[in-house]
Amino acid sequence: MGFLGRDIISIGDLSRSEIDEVLRSARRLIPVAEGSRRSDVLRGQLLALGFFEPSTRTRLSFETAMLRLGGQVITIADPLSSSVAKGETLSDTVRMLSSYADALVIRHPNEGASRLAAQVSDKPVINAGDGAGQHPTQTLLDLATMQERFETLHGLKVVLMGDLRYGRTVHSLARALALFGTELVLASPPTLRMPESVRRELDQSGIRVTEESELGRAVRDADVLYVTRIQKERFGDLAEYARVSASYRLDPSLLGQVKPKFIVMHPLPRVAEIPPEVDSSPHAAYFRQAFLAVPVRMALLSLILTGKVPVPGRG
Amino acid sequence: MRDLKVSPIRNGTVIDHIRNGLALEVLRILGVEGLGKDSTISVAVHVRSQRMGWKDIVKVENMELSPQKANAIALISPSATISIIQDYKVREKRPVDLPDRLVGLLRCPNPNCITNQGEPVESEFEVIRRKPLALKCLYCERDLEDFIPHLAPGASGTRGNGG
Ligand SMILES: Nc1ncnc2c1ncn2[C@@H]1O[C@H](COP(=O)(O)OP(=O)(O)OP(=O)(O)O)[C@@H](O)[C@H]1O
Ligand SMILES: [Mg+2]
Ligand SMILES: [Zn+2]
Repeated sequence: MGFLGRDIISIGDLSRSEIDEVLRSARRLIPVAEGSRRSDVLRGQLLALGFFEPSTRTRLSFETAMLRLGGQVITIADPLSSSVAKGETLSDTVRMLSSYADALVIRHPNEGASRLAAQVSDKPVINAGDGAGQHPTQTLLDLATMQERFETLHGLKVVLMGDLRYGRTVHSLARALALFGTELVLASPPTLRMPESVRRELDQSGIRVTEESELGRAVRDADVLYVTRIQKERFGDLAEYARVSASYRLDPSLLGQVKPKFIVMHPLPRVAEIPPEVDSSPHAAYFRQAFLAVPVRMALLSLILTGKVPVPGRG
Repeated sequence: MRDLKVSPIRNGTVIDHIRNGLALEVLRILGVEGLGKDSTISVAVHVRSQRMGWKDIVKVENMELSPQKANAIALISPSATISIIQDYKVREKRPVDLPDRLVGLLRCPNPNCITNQGEPVESEFEVIRRKPLALKCLYCERDLEDFIPHLAPGASGTRGNGG
């Protein structure tokens, strides 16, 4: 299946080779994302961003991606000031947006909202996060970050740390990594372990999956540490939350024992999981990860709106 | 015909081989309100069966089963069989057969699912495993393995999906 006009709702909608195509295209677009080269392949195209839940980072990176390729955007950034606040259904708002724009990006607090939007819209829809549901472009940029560092994902040892139970984006990432044949180490507090159903899927995929609650041991011969936030809401007891979150904080001294190319990733925003001392370490990859959101989203927009990715010119 | 536990009917539908104890659920699915004034429903609970040990049977006079109701019955009791009785004879007998997609039949148990927010959309589930039966919401992608509490009220939706 080609990309032109396609909805991107869940990472599971993409095959391994399609993911590869997005990642390859994103790499080619890095100079455009940095502003050192220009492109206007999306000139004349209009992207509608329906953000029914605030998310500055994701919204700005989609806007940047579209503008850097010469396209334009219209945005619902604040649902409280829009017709949504007056009780309009998502279906009606999406119908309107799809009659204005050439493609839609939807962020919504309810799971399945983007799937519904894609049904209602006659223009392609990209899911930018639906509640505790899917966030496929996050997974793509996570993969892009690892691939930029290591060339091939096959055989990498990736430690997933933090809330592996409720964080559905970490489930999508784990499934995608399984497609690429990485090894996974799961490091979570006992109450926030990866759900059985996901665990079973990973085991069936044939990759090696182990659990290791002691972080020092987990990272020693790992290539990637992927840190996720542990949310207060998941704990009935605040003392318990304080204890668990303290033990799932990255101790900078651990970085003294890791492999040379080892990287620390985080979807951001971080709270206390990664102390600021780590930022200046050559192992810190989370700001690069945040930047790669732009070329990855550029690649996807270009593929969906034109069916291809431009070879950026000079200037 | 030898072992009829209730009086024979001239025209109607027999739902046999219902998993023991679920006859009342089947009645709920059929919805007595919608029946004509000359329809009688008879129910036999805890009947001996060679095939399944114990079973329930429901017989309804002068009623044809909609595909959607047949789907709902298939969901709670895949062993059920449906016989169409015409003029005291079995005209047609078939096992219930669940289609791969179920539209409007169940409410998604995830309260945060977009299908539970008053949007003009019917729920839609996909069969991801048949034995034991497991479904997945096509919107929020949650799995569902326990169906009776989630049958949509009056799962009599007009959109049958084969079956
Ligand atoms: N006239 C009738 N009135 C009421 N029920 C009937 C009538 N004729 C048949 N049935 C019922 O319809 C179902 C199918 O009839 P059939 O004669 O094929 O039963 P069977 O030989 O027991 O077959 P099975 O293997 O399905 O149990 C049975 O439950 C039977 O009791
Ligand atoms: Mg019999
Ligand atoms: Zn759902």
